[in-house]
Amino acid sequence: MARPFQLSDPVRARQLADAIAILAPPTPVKIVHVCGTHEMAITQHGLRRFLPENVEILEGPGCPVCVTPTADIDAVVQIAEAGAIVCTFGDMTRVPGTRLTLEQTRSKGCDIRVVLSIAEAVHIARETDREVVFFAVGFETTTPMTAAVLLDDPPSNFSVLVSHKKIPEAMAVLLNLPGTNIQGYLAPGHVSTILGLAPYAKQLDTFKIPIVVGGFEPLDILYAIALILRQIRDGVGFVENAFPRAVSDEGNLAAQILIETVFESTEVHWRGIGAIPDSGYRLRDEFTQFDARQRFQIEGETGDEHIPGCRCADVLTARATPADCPLFGTRCTPLSPVGPCMVGSEGACSIWFRYGGRELP
Amino acid sequence: MTQNNDRISPLHGAGGAMMGQLLAEHVLPHFVSSQVGRINLSDMDDGATIALPSAGELVMTTDSHVVKPIFFPGGDIGKLAAAGTLNDLAVMGARPLALSLAVIIEEDFIISDVDRIVKSFADTLIGSETPLICGDTKVMGRGEIDGIAINTTGLGIADPAIGDAGAVAGDVVIVTGSMGDHGMALMAAREEFHLETELISDVASIWPMIRTILPVGGIHAMKDPTRGGLAAALNEMASKSKTTIELNQPAIPIRPEVQGLSDMLGISPLEVANEGKAVLIVSPAVADQILEMLRKHPLGHDAEIIGHVGGEYPGRVVLTTDVGGRRFLDMPLGDPVPRIC
Amino acid sequence: MCLAAPAKVISITNSTAVVDYNGVQTTTRLDTLTEPVAPGDYVLIHTGFAIRRLSAEDGEETLKLFDQLAESLNDSAEATDSRDS
Repeated sequence: MARPFQLSDPVRARQLADAIAILAPPTPVKIVHVCGTHEMAITQHGLRRFLPENVEILEGPGCPVCVTPTADIDAVVQIAEAGAIVCTFGDMTRVPGTRLTLEQTRSKGCDIRVVLSIAEAVHIARETDREVVFFAVGFETTTPMTAAVLLDDPPSNFSVLVSHKKIPEAMAVLLNLPGTNIQGYLAPGHVSTILGLAPYAKQLDTFKIPIVVGGFEPLDILYAIALILRQIRDGVGFVENAFPRAVSDEGNLAAQILIETVFESTEVHWRGIGAIPDSGYRLRDEFTQFDARQRFQIEGETGDEHIPGCRCADVLTARATPADCPLFGTRCTPLSPVGPCMVGSEGACSIWFRYGGRELP
Repeated sequence: MTQNNDRISPLHGAGGAMMGQLLAEHVLPHFVSSQVGRINLSDMDDGATIALPSAGELVMTTDSHVVKPIFFPGGDIGKLAAAGTLNDLAVMGARPLALSLAVIIEEDFIISDVDRIVKSFADTLIGSETPLICGDTKVMGRGEIDGIAINTTGLGIADPAIGDAGAVAGDVVIVTGSMGDHGMALMAAREEFHLETELISDVASIWPMIRTILPVGGIHAMKDPTRGGLAAALNEMASKSKTTIELNQPAIPIRPEVQGLSDMLGISPLEVANEGKAVLIVSPAVADQILEMLRKHPLGHDAEIIGHVGGEYPGRVVLTTDVGGRRFLDMPLGDPVPRIC
Repeated sequence: MCLAAPAKVISITNSTAVVDYNGVQTTTRLDTLTEPVAPGDYVLIHTGFAIRRLSAEDGEETLKLFDQLAESLNDSAEATDSRDS
C-alpha cells in the first residue's frame, strides 16, 4: 500500500546502488549517521546490501534515549515516587537508571504514562490538581515542542525535566576523538528541518569532510550516501542538502525562535561519551518556574557505571559496531540488556539484534 | 445487606441461588441447545458428554484471555475468546466439536457488561455451529482481579491434524488477509493517543473459511499469527521444520490505516497480533487453487502468496524488502511501544 | 531521533489542524511551523506538532534529483568512453 512520499521503488534503488558502486573509492570508507531513525531504515530495509564491501555506514550517538544520563532517569523515578504524574515517550520507559526503569517504577504503583506528545501531558495537567511532569528527551526536532508548550500558558501544576540535546556539537566532538576515523557524515533529516544547514557548517567546516543531510525513505538514504561518495571522489568536504523537500538552508525559523526564547545552551552529559560543552539545553531564567529539577529539588550526580566488557561507549562514538562488542547477543540482548545501546529501542545494538543487522543474508 | 442488582457480588460466584439466577438470566439464554452429546449445557450437570466420531484425531486447545480494553473496535473479550479457541482448532485442521467457558469476574463488574460479553461469545460460536457444553463462574473481590478473565477450552476432530512444523523446501507461504489489523486497532484505540480511525480488529472465527480448503489437501503447516504477529508465527514454523522461509515484503497485504499507524508510531505491522487470519504453508501443486478458494470467502478476500520455503538458512526467516534489500526477520521480543526516534 | 511522518491536512482551526495518515486521523499543532498551511497540503509531524509543509509535487521533485545523479554518471561514463575510442 503506497503511502505519501514513499520512495522505495526497487528499480531506482538498483540505479542508486550502481551510482554508489561507480562513485565509491577502492579504499575503505566509513560513513557515520547520528539518527536512530536512519539506522532503523537502513537495517529494516536491508540497505547495506546495496553498498560495496568497502563502504561502511554506522550509527553514532543518534539515539537520544541511549545518551540520556542515568542521573536524568533517576530524577524522573524520584519525581514519580514523590507522587507526581510522569508523562514520557514510550521508548524511555525501559532505560535503566541507577535503580529502576520507568516501567519498573510504574509496576511499583507510580503513575507513569506514555504519551505521544508533550501536548498530551499538558492536557493531563489541566485535568488534575496533581503535579504533572513531562520527561523532555530528544534532539532539536523535539525541543521546539517543549518550548511551544511553555510559551502557551501552561497550568501551574505542570513542569518539565529537561533532557534535550544538540546533535551538531556531538558530531564535532566525535571527529576529535581518537580512532573514530570518520570520512563522511549522513546528517539527520528532521533535525535539519528545524536547524537548516548553518549549524553543521559552524561546527564542522574545519574538518573538511562531506556532511550530507539525508531523508528517511530508502531511496533518500541511498541518494545521500551517493552524494557523500561523490564528494570524497572529488576531494571536497562541505554541507550538502540531499533532502530539499523537507530541509531548507535556513531551516524552520519559527521553531528556532521558539527554542531560542525558552532555552539556552549548556554543557550536558552524554551517557557513554561524557560531558560535551554547549551540547544541551536548559531553561532560561524566566522559565525556571517550570523546571522540575528545581520544583522537586533534585540533586544528582552524573556518572555511568561501567560494566566490564560493555562497549556501548565505543558503539555510541562509532568506533565499534554492535557486533564488535563481546557481550552482544550473548550476555546482552534486548530481554537482558547490559548497556544503553541495547536498552534504547533505537540504539544500534537493539536495532541490530532485532532486525538482523549483525549478519546479512 | 442490600444488593446492587446491576453489579456482580461475591454471591454470584458462590454456587448458590444467586449464581443460578445469574446463569439463568444472563448466560444460558444466549446459547442454543447442543446435540453433540447426551448430557449437555442445559442439564447443568458436573460435566457434559460428546459422542465421538469414529475416525480422526481428537484435538484439544485452551486459552485464557485478559485483553484490555474489554470492549474494543470490532469486538470484545467474549468474541476474542471464542474466535481465539475456534481458530486454534481450525489451524490444527480440526472441525470444532464443543467449547467450555470459564469466567472469573471482579466484584462490582457491571452485569449488563457480562451479558454483552457472553452474547458476543455465543454469537461467535453460533456462526461456527459450535456448542458451548460446560462452564464455570467465579467471583473475586474488588482489586483482586482486573475486571474479567476468561478461559476457553475447545475440542475438535481432525482427519488428519495439521501441525506447524511440516514445511518443506519448495512450499508456498500464504496469508489469508491483511496483517496487523487487531494489534494496530487496539493501539489506535488507546484513549491517550487521540486517534480516530475506521480500522477495527479483524477478530473472527476462521473455521468457515478453513473448512473449505481442507479437502484440497497439500497443507503442510498452518498457524494463526496472534501475539507476536506474522513474524513470530513464521519464525516458529521455520525453526520447527528447519527450513528457510523467504518472505516477499511487497506481497504482504497491509491496510492503509495499519501502514499509517505503523509510520506514526514506529511499530511494525508484522509484529502485532492478528485475530482473524491464518498463515498456511502448502505444496506448490495446490497453492493457486487454495489461494483462489480462500479469496472466494469473505474472510479470505485479501489472501496473498507472500513467500516460499527454501533451505539456505535453516530455521530463519529472510525478508526481501520493498526496496529490494534483504535482511533476516527474527522473532519479535515483547510488546512494542511507540517510539519517537 | 527523527520519527516524523507526512500527513494530509484535512481542516484547520486556529493553530491546530486535523490531519489524516492513510485513514487515521488526529490533530496536530501548527505553532511550530513558519509557513502557513491549507487543507490538502501535507505536513511532516513529529510528536504531535508540524515541522514542515510538503506539497504533493515534492515527491516528484525528489525523484528528479535521483534521476539527475544517475544521468550525470552516465554522461561522464560516455565522455570517458568517447575519449578512449
